[in-house]
Amino acid sequence: MTEPLLRVEDLRVTFELRRAGDMPWTKPRLLHAVSGVNFELFPGETLGVVGESGCGKSTLARAIIQMVPATGKAIWQGKTNLLALSKREMLKFRSDIQMVFQDPLASLNPRMTVGQIIAEPLRTHKPDLSGEEVKTRVKKMMDRVGLLPNQINRYPHEFSGGQCQRIGIARALIVEPKLLICDEPVSALDVSIQAQVINLLAELQRDLGLAMIFIAHDLSVVKHISDRVMVLYLGREMEMATSHDLYADPQHPYTQALLSAVPIPDPVAERAKTMIPLDGDLPSPLAPPSGCVFRTRCPRAEQRCAETAPALTPGVHGVACHFPGPLVRGGRPLENA
Amino acid sequence: MVVDTIKMKSLSDRLAAEEVAGRSLWADARHRFLRNKAAVAGLFILILIGLFALFGNYIAAWSNEELDFTVMGQVAELGGPSFENGHYFGTDDLGRDLFARTVQGTRISLMVGIVGSLIAVIVGTLYGATAGYVGGRTDNIMMRTVDILMSIPYMFVLILLLVMFGRSIAMLFIGIGLISWLDMSRIVRGQTLSLKHKEFIEAAQATGVPSFTIIRRHIVPNLLGVVAVYATLLVPLMILTESFISFLGLGVQEPLTSWGALISEGAGTINYGTLWQLAFPLFFFIITLFAFFFVGDGLRDALDPKDR
Ligand code: SF4
Repeated sequence: MTEPLLRVEDLRVTFELRRAGDMPWTKPRLLHAVSGVNFELFPGETLGVVGESGCGKSTLARAIIQMVPATGKAIWQGKTNLLALSKREMLKFRSDIQMVFQDPLASLNPRMTVGQIIAEPLRTHKPDLSGEEVKTRVKKMMDRVGLLPNQINRYPHEFSGGQCQRIGIARALIVEPKLLICDEPVSALDVSIQAQVINLLAELQRDLGLAMIFIAHDLSVVKHISDRVMVLYLGREMEMATSHDLYADPQHPYTQALLSAVPIPDPVAERAKTMIPLDGDLPSPLAPPSGCVFRTRCPRAEQRCAETAPALTPGVHGVACHFPGPLVRGGRPLENA
Repeated sequence: MVVDTIKMKSLSDRLAAEEVAGRSLWADARHRFLRNKAAVAGLFILILIGLFALFGNYIAAWSNEELDFTVMGQVAELGGPSFENGHYFGTDDLGRDLFARTVQGTRISLMVGIVGSLIAVIVGTLYGATAGYVGGRTDNIMMRTVDILMSIPYMFVLILLLVMFGRSIAMLFIGIGLISWLDMSRIVRGQTLSLKHKEFIEAAQATGVPSFTIIRRHIVPNLLGVVAVYATLLVPLMILTESFISFLGLGVQEPLTSWGALISEGAGTINYGTLWQLAFPLFFFIITLFAFFFVGDGLRDALDPKDR
């Protein structure tokens, strides 16, 4: 078995919240944005991360690259724990892990030309490249992501949303990273553009042998591009399986609810499928429910769910639920199905 | 293979294609500014006034110190504006050439305005950007200090300063410099705060760009618009402050003069039929203020991010 590119163990992100007007000595309230997430990522693999907004998926991504302080481990190539590195030591790895952001236009500095934007990581990590060389590389990369290289002197506001996202992708890939973290790269785009950008990402990944963490709140987006999918709820892993298994045979009631919200293009199948409504709002992460965090909205919840938190079962298809099982009408599985 | 060569060919074609020039936000803003007639007129007037302050002395027939003994004592009858004796704007009470005095006053008033606003730009921008970018406790302390300074009635302090340490230009600059940057630092801090959470800043941090470079490359260029607008609007405010102080007789001292001092003198002699002594300084004062406000407004419209 090959060495995983990244192995995340018990990653936790806790924010201290201070209310306005708090005295300096009052204890801050703790917000557990991510609690105890584990996963492995192999070279060339794509891990999809899904969950509602506010479930900690973006925080998870930012924790790996030390944009938010986190505890636990993130072992890079079996050797280095990224979370334990100082700012300076981390710098070496920043070119290996690049990120694509959600809002295409907001992630580009409006006062810089496209060429300057794409070149920024290159200038940061390879300061001794000549200006000519940088320009050629930028142009090649622009061509690679489907932008016209002669647009190098244009400004972000002169491009459409989809093109801006291509610029963002070019900026991330110019330093030849090994891992690309995409934080909802398409949710701000039109549906028709979404497919183009996802196809571009899939193609680039294949050609460059990139590993990818692909974050989205929408299961249908993740499906095509991911090898494995992790479902997050309130900062905890609910289910983790290969993309095929997760869609064909979801075990966790939350996954099933998410899946039932995805429209199926076939009208017959669409009508036949069971809708599982997700009642109520996401509980406040400041005061998560005891036991299983999903129990306030779970159709299968029982006494036991409130008492002990289910652990993620080991193996290829992991589920964190006391009563896992395939979907049946009424939302409850048959006895030990 | 043929396909490949064609592909390669077209790739190299695309790479070599003529680069299209982009239109920066600055170019956009300039375009919008130039379409704004009031702003362009204001800018034109400001340029004229600047030229007047710089080269007015070469046109003047008299220096600002000479007393014209022929008109002395009969200023109301002989001291009016005329080309024959070289007093284009007439003379003041003592028989000094008002044209030369106005040039001198314009210089001082403009200098006060520009220096005041420059202090505001430099100190306020640095202070505000630092507070905003560093955040946390530093930000708190820095901004509470500004709050405290702002709560002091500055006119009162300025007058006290001038009375206690004597009236001098230097004291006036210190006093104006002390107050001018407060608002600027607040505005800049607010902007920096909102910029700090933009994704492009995050992108730069994620890729490992050092903090100082982020401030220089990403934050400051995006602040410049607001700073430019506010600085232009600050100049007339500074001029007004100085004029008010000088009008009270606390500002610049003889033989120096400023618009405020000239207006004050002119207003004092208005009953003796020497209206020109008030009219000329007042005219310059008013058109300059208007011009600055128009230019500032034009800049704001041109740079306003909401329009984009
Ligand atoms: S543990 Fe209980 S509450 Fe949680 S998902 Fe499973 S059945 Fe629902």
